[in-house]
Amino acid sequence: MNYINHEQVAAKTKSRLIKNNILKGLFLAATMFGLIVLAILLFRIVTQGSEYLSFDFFTRFASRIPENSGIKSAFLGSIYLMLVVAPVSMFLGVGTAIYLEEYAKKNKMTDFIRINISNLAGVPSVVFGLLGLTIFVRYFGLGISILAAGLTMSLLILPVIIVASQEAIRAVPGELREASFAMGATKWQTILRVVLPTAIPGVLTGSILALSRAIGETAPLVVIGIPTILMFTPNSLLSTFTALPMQIFDWTKRPQVAFHDVAAAGIIVLMTLLIIMNSIAVFIRNKYQKRF
Amino acid sequence: MKSFKYLAMTTMVGSALFLAACGDEGETETNGSNGDNNTASEETLEGQVRGDGSSTVAPIMEAIVEEYAGVQPNVQVSSGVSGTGGGFEKFIAGETDFSNASRPIKDEEASALEEAGVDYTELEIGFDGLSVVVSQDNDWVDHLTVEELKAMWVEDGTEKTWADIREGWPEETIEYYSPGTDSGTYDYWNEVILEDEDIVRSATLSEDDNVLVQGVVGSPNAIGYFGYAYYLENQDTLKVVPIDGGEGPVEPTNETIESGEYAPLSRPLFTYVSNASIQENEAAADFITFAIENAGDLAEAVGYVRAPQELYNEDMEKIEELKQ
Repeated sequence: MNYINHEQVAAKTKSRLIKNNILKGLFLAATMFGLIVLAILLFRIVTQGSEYLSFDFFTRFASRIPENSGIKSAFLGSIYLMLVVAPVSMFLGVGTAIYLEEYAKKNKMTDFIRINISNLAGVPSVVFGLLGLTIFVRYFGLGISILAAGLTMSLLILPVIIVASQEAIRAVPGELREASFAMGATKWQTILRVVLPTAIPGVLTGSILALSRAIGETAPLVVIGIPTILMFTPNSLLSTFTALPMQIFDWTKRPQVAFHDVAAAGIIVLMTLLIIMNSIAVFIRNKYQKRF
Repeated sequence: MKSFKYLAMTTMVGSALFLAACGDEGETETNGSNGDNNTASEETLEGQVRGDGSSTVAPIMEAIVEEYAGVQPNVQVSSGVSGTGGGFEKFIAGETDFSNASRPIKDEEASALEEAGVDYTELEIGFDGLSVVVSQDNDWVDHLTVEELKAMWVEDGTEKTWADIREGWPEETIEYYSPGTDSGTYDYWNEVILEDEDIVRSATLSEDDNVLVQGVVGSPNAIGYFGYAYYLENQDTLKVVPIDGGEGPVEPTNETIESGEYAPLSRPLFTYVSNASIQENEAAADFITFAIENAGDLAEAVGYVRAPQELYNEDMEKIEELKQ
């Protein structure tokens, strides 16, 4: 008996192969579209900004003369901002994730919290800016300071860190915990010595990606009213400061074309910073994350 | 896991060292601007001065802050660009010592300040000429009167063509480009040209003046207006329209703007200072004095026009009175 009708197959093969090739081309084009746009963007930014990029660019303050402009206050401001955001958001984020995954009972209340954390991740960043302005800047009287902006940014990236940490903690196999309990360890000892060490590469990867979002975010800073004209470096957490995205935003709005090139140089610095942070995240994930 | 701890340790120690290095540098290095400006006071001051407000005034303020940092490196002056209205909001909340404005203060802002108990002084720091521009491909417009501008920009329910404005001009639909409604530039235009009537609905509003420049350059039927500095930077690609305010067409130039001949679109730029700040904060008083002394030169350096010297003298008298 002839199971395969060779004639029929031969007749259909050609059209099937063509369809396959067309779709392959279509998906390749979809992939290339993003890449090409990115390449054009990078090319434009680098050709515009490289002229102004030098060591002095990091050691000078902003100036009315484009050639003398630098990002000293903005760069340091962004770093100090991260010094507030990183510990606050990681402590709160990992703490929430541990509670939800390890301690919380599976009931309606926990589900409610989980859903709301996911919702929080979808709130536009401008809204966080308004929240920060009302609560931290005005109500707590922190003023337009590194601390107020840092707390606002922490809230902004908190949901991302919580979700990433939850995933990482959930990925730790139950057998490891049970083995620890069997040895007589308490819940906290198990979390500290078994769960967290295993989960920490995943937690760090998620946190670094979230931090790199915070460093590039502009809208909340605009709403809080971070100044852009500032010729000093911050000396305490309550100092006024400016940040890289704000400085770039200000330069692109200037009438002089030369300032647009200075802005491009600032963008190069910001993007390099982001690429370094993202590479660290990828490196940690690839090197330390265990698969079970 | 050991290697991971090692990595975490090195990262932390490394970043701590890096930041410490940055911090040191920040303390020892002074701003590299020239110190040949008149010093407002010889002694070294310390303190904080905070401002916010109009993005139009920002380039002048940046130049002043930059020069002042060369004179008094320990006074921390900062200024934002929240727009004239946004700046006043912070000024009313008592968060700033001075507020830059590209229009005079509004009545409701003045009464809010009174309610909040903030006494203030108005200072002129420069002049700007709102420049009405068309594309260089537009070869029919030679000048516009204020009445024609109003007829053009006020919403009346119809789609306007250039022929509706003056006979003999082409029957092409006019495209409008205007600064956003949050800006003092729009407020000034609203007061002088629109006289509180609605702006044409088809107008493209943008807070970024470079967007307006691009829009006008891109179409022969477009018209737009913005600060003089944006016209100066783009005079190779734009055509400025002389404005007839009743005494013949006048083109905006440094001279016509300063003298007020470019009426009614020549406008003063202000900074409003809190009287309490001047009296209680020595650094603020010193900074504002420095600002008035140097505003004229620095305004011209960044593409604006100096105010007549009498106005600076009046500003100075007001501040001297407050200091006593």
